[in-house]
Amino acid sequence: MKVKAVMFGLLVGTALTGMQFDASAETLRFASQSDALTLDPHAQNEGPTITMAQQIYDPLVIRADDMTVRPGLAVSWEAMEPTVWEFKLREGVSFHDGSAFTAEDAAFSLDRARVPPSDYRNYVSSIEEVSVVDEHTLRITTQAPNPILPQQLTNIVIMSKAWAEEHGVEQTQNYAEGEENHAVRNANGTGAFRLESREPDVRTVLVRNDDYWDRENLPMEVERVVSTPVSSSATRVAALLSGELDLILYPPVQDLRRLEQSSDIAVKNTPENRTIFLGLNQGADDLESDSVEGENPLADKRVREAINLAIDVDAIQRVVMRGQSVPAGSISPTYITGYKESFDERPPHDQERAKELLAEAGYEEGFEIDFACPNDRYNNDEAICQAIVGMLGQVGIDANLNAQTRSLHFQQLQNGELDFYMLGWGVPTFDSEYIFNFLYHTRDGNRGSWNFTGFSSERMDELVEGMAGETDLDARNALLDAAWEIALDDLTYVPLHHEVLNWAMRSNVDIPIRADNSPRFASVTFK
Amino acid sequence: MFAFLVRRLLQSIVVMLVVGLVAFSLFNFVGDPIHNMVGQEATTEQREELREQLGLNDPFPLQFARFVANAAQGEFGISYRMARPVDVVIAERLPATLELAFVSAFFALFLGVSAGVYAALNRYGWTSRLVMTISLIGVSLPTFLIGILLIWIFAVQLQWLPSFGRGDVVQVGAWRTGFLTESGLRALILPAITLGLFQLTLIMRLVRAEMLEVLRTDYIKFARARGLSNRAINFGHALKNTLVPVITITGLQLGSIIAFAIITETVFQWPGVGLLFIIAIQFVDIPVMAAYLMLIALFFVVINLIVDLLYYAVDPRLRVEAGSARAH
Amino acid sequence: MSVPGRNSPTSVARHPAERAGRPPSALARLRDSDLWYSFTRSPITVISALIVLLFFLGALFAPWIAPYNPFDPASLNLMDGFTPPMGEAFSGNSYLLGTDDQGRDVLSAILYGARISLFVGFCAVLFAMVLGISLGLLAGYKGGWIDSLIMRIADVQLSFPAILVALLIFGVARATLPRSFQEDMVIYVLIVAIGLSDWVQYARTVRGTTMVEKNKEYVQAARVIGVHPMLIMLRHVLPNVMGPVLVIATIGLALAIIAEATLSFLGVGVPPTTPSLGTLIRIGNDYLFSGEWWITLFPGLALILLALSVNLLGDWLRDALNPKLR
Repeated sequence: MKVKAVMFGLLVGTALTGMQFDASAETLRFASQSDALTLDPHAQNEGPTITMAQQIYDPLVIRADDMTVRPGLAVSWEAMEPTVWEFKLREGVSFHDGSAFTAEDAAFSLDRARVPPSDYRNYVSSIEEVSVVDEHTLRITTQAPNPILPQQLTNIVIMSKAWAEEHGVEQTQNYAEGEENHAVRNANGTGAFRLESREPDVRTVLVRNDDYWDRENLPMEVERVVSTPVSSSATRVAALLSGELDLILYPPVQDLRRLEQSSDIAVKNTPENRTIFLGLNQGADDLESDSVEGENPLADKRVREAINLAIDVDAIQRVVMRGQSVPAGSISPTYITGYKESFDERPPHDQERAKELLAEAGYEEGFEIDFACPNDRYNNDEAICQAIVGMLGQVGIDANLNAQTRSLHFQQLQNGELDFYMLGWGVPTFDSEYIFNFLYHTRDGNRGSWNFTGFSSERMDELVEGMAGETDLDARNALLDAAWEIALDDLTYVPLHHEVLNWAMRSNVDIPIRADNSPRFASVTFK
Repeated sequence: MFAFLVRRLLQSIVVMLVVGLVAFSLFNFVGDPIHNMVGQEATTEQREELREQLGLNDPFPLQFARFVANAAQGEFGISYRMARPVDVVIAERLPATLELAFVSAFFALFLGVSAGVYAALNRYGWTSRLVMTISLIGVSLPTFLIGILLIWIFAVQLQWLPSFGRGDVVQVGAWRTGFLTESGLRALILPAITLGLFQLTLIMRLVRAEMLEVLRTDYIKFARARGLSNRAINFGHALKNTLVPVITITGLQLGSIIAFAIITETVFQWPGVGLLFIIAIQFVDIPVMAAYLMLIALFFVVINLIVDLLYYAVDPRLRVEAGSARAH
Repeated sequence: MSVPGRNSPTSVARHPAERAGRPPSALARLRDSDLWYSFTRSPITVISALIVLLFFLGALFAPWIAPYNPFDPASLNLMDGFTPPMGEAFSGNSYLLGTDDQGRDVLSAILYGARISLFVGFCAVLFAMVLGISLGLLAGYKGGWIDSLIMRIADVQLSFPAILVALLIFGVARATLPRSFQEDMVIYVLIVAIGLSDWVQYARTVRGTTMVEKNKEYVQAARVIGVHPMLIMLRHVLPNVMGPVLVIATIGLALAIIAEATLSFLGVGVPPTTPSLGTLIRIGNDYLFSGEWWITLFPGLALILLALSVNLLGDWLRDALNPKLR
């Protein structure tokens, strides 16, 4: 087959020989599976959008490649009082348009990011007031003591106030209503790269900012970045192998071995700051999406336990993920504060016990239920869900798989239409509070905004609210422990695995891999 | 001539209105425009107010008239998925699809006519039979399989040609072209072959059949009897007369090439309107779907008009009964 | 093999035995017909017919002859996933053509997948045929504005490739049908989508013949004695167009099978829990580069073989029924 293919190729391709691919050494051709949704840096809190924004814009506090917190546009910070922070800002930094960066810009950006329709306001919801002390000093007052404010600020990038006013983008783009403003397709940051051109969904070109304030400490070898979203993973891999791309995210796990064997390609991996799990609606009295009339099987903890026992995560790890996952016992990624190995232990796969539990709960005959999955969000998400359908079938639960594109999946999830769904959760603050705040707190319009399970516990709510203001580390850790105990005991979510992150690159390219899956092109070196 | 033109124009407008009705129904009945514009927390009054603002409570003919008026100006609202005006998005993407379509049409026409003529002139030769058999395989191979196969051979195994995208593009006025860079031209090759292959086989079979038909006619026999050279007969008379239906079909096929590009663009991640459409279907992005439908209809109507005119110019017989004649 | 058999009425007019006045048996008529002669003289056609027959039988009896049931997720063993052809699986089971990513037997999946592909193909063709013939009769018989309307619609639709029409109908169905309903309905949506996209040619053929027949005296006569003329048309027009319709239907079947595969490949067709050939190819495409070629290759070959054979049959049928081209 291969010989024939080569022969055929020789016949057709003789005219084309001599036109081999040759990457210009200073250009980095990068592909992820999807494009930034917008360049407005406060409009969408979403992976590819963040990756793009963080090349062009800088935050006050930077999350370095090793995930430690480093000074960014702020050189130092200090809590003057439990609720008052003072940030000393970097001097001599200028925006891409040449204007100087001052405390006014920082204050403007934080204010922009903490009011609707900013999608980042959850990170900075604790801020009561931002005031400018002098040109390079900023004072932030929080409503209650907030020990993790610097960590939270790593997600808020700084725009130029004058530029925003000039182009009428003082307000964040209202993405949900389809608004378009100047900042969506243009950018003016202080970052290591400036925007050269942008075709949404097609191609974005960045060029090096030679005046970058941090150029001494970074390799800064990349002169140009050409970023092209390639949604098909097979195409992405083919393009990397053929030398059309230098760095790709999400290489399919099935292709890793082949990529590793190729001398032209290097693969790096690290456990990702994200855990994949299943959500179950235990709050409703009756589910529309199941075959059981008048009651909700998922409200019975024994059913949730049965589902947990029926799923063989080791087999999923071995076959579907080809080893590129770490089976999980809780939905906490391994990096974060509050994680404990003892929480991450999973009861072994046990079909018999699962059937017994179902029988005890009154479902000897099993039941039918709709099961929703994204098919383009997580590594092999659809294949994982298919495997789960099979495993649930073996204990009598007939799951009807509805696998669809991520935007529909999340839209339906947020509309409360899904009772049994797959979700992945990363923790950008590296702290358990972020999980409890979004996924376990009662859904009250403010907290619990991603808690679609109907789980509600007063004790949990108290703990979550306590975490926000507790500055004493030991006391805070005790709160986290207590919250995890409740969470694990309830089995609100059925954990599957921690994702393992892979980046594949041409072997002449080197970049430190980041657990947040958001490469910084300034760190790239060429060999 | 004038009456003919007017009649065709009127017919075209009717066609556009019918397609417009379909697109309009998509808009208003399939997707609830209100639901997609406001969040789920919006109150009933807010929804009602917005309905009134948008004129959704007006009588149907009025709404449709407004839709047509907007569509005529290229306005199709905001894409649900990209939060950008649909006409802008389509205008950005259209050059990619048009360039791909024209290159594949040219490729299909050139090779198709050559192979068809060859197969007709040597109809009993084994090469001719081989060509015909291969053409049948070409029809039976789904486009996406051809694309995958070509990528596998030329991009992955041999690494001669790029496997995805459009390469570097140059902005010429409002048009973003891939014709002016080496990488842009190289990126065109595989998708153009994939897209053109089906049309190629179609044209080839058509040319062969028509040519055989013409070669059987009396005037060709007469020409032979007059002692004209084979070359003059085959290319001067037979081919010329074969070309009339070929022009028609190729013209009409150009519209279908643009629409068929959906599949090719998906396989090669070609950033054209086809890829846009398939993503819109997956996301149920109605404004984009409706606009794409209207766009293809417009292409169809324009191409049909041009073909009719060409036909009229090429075949004098038609001038007598102008208008009623069509390709078949 | 139904194709030559069904077709025999068209060639029977030329049959010598009939001219002599004694009705021969159907089998003898078939054996003596031109069609049968040209069929047996073309080895490629015979092979194609055999392949189509084989697929048909395989699909029909899939539940009995397939070694496994690939549509029952609970019967799959995930640990058997990615077993190469003839290779040894984790569970000790053996799989002739290997398994896919879920441990599904590729051979069984092809048999079941072909079942879906053929079912969708046949139903879509039938749907298109009934619709096309009815509209063609109506247009040809009534004439006037009805005729113009139908034929204008036909013109417009003909310019839209079937796949686009099918995609649109699919998109509409997705947006209108309740979600829980969609999975069960997807096959019928596919049939309607593909069928609706392919009725035009039948309509054109039937319309032409109807226009010729409707002015003949026997139709006038029937009208006089009170028989509904549409009935008469049906009785007399249909046999006349049987040949061309059969050709259109055969080629339409190949097109419908490819259309279904394409839609499933584009991810808007049959879901992966009950894969058709197109869905299998889509799944396998993700594993082409990692060396698990059999997941794509075998369903791909099956699809090509099936479509090619049907096309070859159609091609032969057209030539055989159109003596001018011979």
